[in-house]
Amino acid sequence: MIENRPVLTFLSHLILIFGVAMIAFPIWITFVASTHTDIRMTQVPLPLWPGDQLFVNLNETLIGEGAAGTNNVPVWRMMLNSLVMALSIAFGKIAISLISAFAIVYFKFPFRMMFFWLIFITLMLPVEVRILPTYEVVAKLGLLNSYAGLSLPLIASATATFMFRQVFLTIPDEMLESARIDGAGPMRFFWDILLPLSRTNIAALFVILFIYGWNQYLWPLLITQDTNMTTIVMSIKQLLESAEATPEWNIIMMTALLAMLPPILVVVFMQKLFVKGLTETDK
Amino acid sequence: MANIKLDNLLKSYGDTEVLHGVNGDINDGEFVVIVGPSGCGKSTLLRMIAGLETVTSGEVSIGGKMVNNLEPADRDIAMVFQNYALYPHMSVYDNMAYGLKIRGIAKSEIKRRVNEAAEILEIGDYLKRKPRALSGGQRQRVAMGRAIVREPSVFLFDEPLSNLDAKLRVQMRLEIRKLQKRLGVTSIFVTHDQVEAMTLGDRLMVLNGGYVEQFGTPIELYENPQTVFVAGFIGSPAMNFIPATARDDGTVELQNGDVVPGVATTGTVTLGVRPEHLVPHDKGMFQIKVLMREQLGANTLIHGVLKGTDTEMVVSLAGTHDISEGAEMRFSAAKKLLHFFDATTGKRLS
Ligand SMILES: Nc1ncnc2c1ncn2[C@@H]1O[C@H](COP(=O)(O)OP(=O)(O)OP(=O)(O)O)[C@@H](O)[C@H]1O
Ligand SMILES: [Mg+2]
Repeated sequence: MIENRPVLTFLSHLILIFGVAMIAFPIWITFVASTHTDIRMTQVPLPLWPGDQLFVNLNETLIGEGAAGTNNVPVWRMMLNSLVMALSIAFGKIAISLISAFAIVYFKFPFRMMFFWLIFITLMLPVEVRILPTYEVVAKLGLLNSYAGLSLPLIASATATFMFRQVFLTIPDEMLESARIDGAGPMRFFWDILLPLSRTNIAALFVILFIYGWNQYLWPLLITQDTNMTTIVMSIKQLLESAEATPEWNIIMMTALLAMLPPILVVVFMQKLFVKGLTETDK
Repeated sequence: MANIKLDNLLKSYGDTEVLHGVNGDINDGEFVVIVGPSGCGKSTLLRMIAGLETVTSGEVSIGGKMVNNLEPADRDIAMVFQNYALYPHMSVYDNMAYGLKIRGIAKSEIKRRVNEAAEILEIGDYLKRKPRALSGGQRQRVAMGRAIVREPSVFLFDEPLSNLDAKLRVQMRLEIRKLQKRLGVTSIFVTHDQVEAMTLGDRLMVLNGGYVEQFGTPIELYENPQTVFVAGFIGSPAMNFIPATARDDGTVELQNGDVVPGVATTGTVTLGVRPEHLVPHDKGMFQIKVLMREQLGANTLIHGVLKGTDTEMVVSLAGTHDISEGAEMRFSAAKKLLHFFDATTGKRLS
């Protein structure tokens, strides 16, 4: 559609700019808050422009005590916990669902369709629904306060299995047949052909799953009592509670910024692959 | 190098039997074309030889060895698919080298074979490209290259030319033929195109509805079709079929009362005569009412009906002929060019 209506263009830009501002303004305020001293942040009017305390606050938050009134470990430790959890969940989910999709699409075994539907039904059972029994299992396995406990129960994924199943179904049968004639066994076919052909889909899924893992709140809250295992998303809630007593807004906002950073980096760096993975059909 | 023996091969999917006992001996170095209409079981037969489809009953032997239970990779075959089935994420070189790598062949040997095949097929310039950056014809060559580097004792082709445009198809057809002659590898080629079959094959296996109608050289099939199906399938334009009744004196009577020399038999027969075997003749036994005329330059096609009946007839005359539509003409054909088939079984009467 090629139109030349200045008023319309102006209006649509206005709306778009308004939308961007709506989203960007709170983030800007967060950033500004993280660059002032805690004293300045209690005075009105609140600053709209960055101050000079960015690195002081960063240092204080990342490796120092953190906000007063919490008994949290340094933020780098929480970020590490979150990172390990998010990566384990993302890679675990991808690995498990690749393998189960491979089994369902390429192998004939009794009750194949039943297993497929069983996996599918778990879509209706996210962690929140099965949280008590899952807690029981994890506790009995002695996995409380461990990375395994944080990630394992979240790893099984019907969505990803279903997605890889669809990807595999688009790969023509002849591909499998010529691999068979070339002498590739099932595992070689998986490694040499299926994995490379699903590369972009894996990347797209990784982005989604990493953010999903990073943002987990309820489950980590439930199974970690040890402060060494606290994740950063959990800590934000605790910071807000501490804010009632001694509001160190600069530190709180810095923590929030740091919590946002890894998902943003993942999206930025994997954007190209992500879009390709969702749109590419060239098999 | 190997000969192939098909012994009473049968294939069923569940309750439906799609191949009903196929027999055939394919000699070492021979180029055999399996031809037939869509859905007759050509691909199924080829895939059974390749080992991609299980054999319900019967035996496939390659090089004197029963291979029914061998994996495709262990049958010493190479196959070219209709859609080429190149690995999209591998370069042309890797596509050709993949099977050799799995076999554990030395890097230097792989390199030698791939380069040699690339040279034969003139694809040396694209070795580093991905298949998606190639034209259909080039992909076809890569698929052939992948088969050649394996140095198999049997090549199997499943309609490898049908995705190409008409001109390229003719060109690739010749190249495949030349290549096969040069390498001397036993080959089986599946197609539904009878012209392709006639030009490529040392021998043709005509399949219809899961039965082998006839297995012979192109000339045998043309001159001596054993069934009505083969007679109609081989040759273009297709053979004319005229219903007739056998008489006691060894002649047959057409529906319009004309009498044609025939075979000693009784009952109703189908008389077959090829369009190119009919020649204009004052006392010819076939009276044809011309309905339409097609001038093709090198020859002229006359479409009409046998006078007094509604049996459609086609005549092909060499050169250009000025024949007006609506005219009535007489044609004759040498007796040895007339084919007679049993009207009910479709089998040749000799
Ligand atoms: N997996 C299957 N299950 C059931 N029937 C099948 C299966 N594969 C093929 N058939 C049937 O077997 C018959 C032969 O199929 P085949 O693919 O060999 O035909 P074809 O001669 O190669 O035809 P075309 O020229 O269209 O490729 C067809 O009637 C088809 O419907
Ligand atoms: Mg076919």
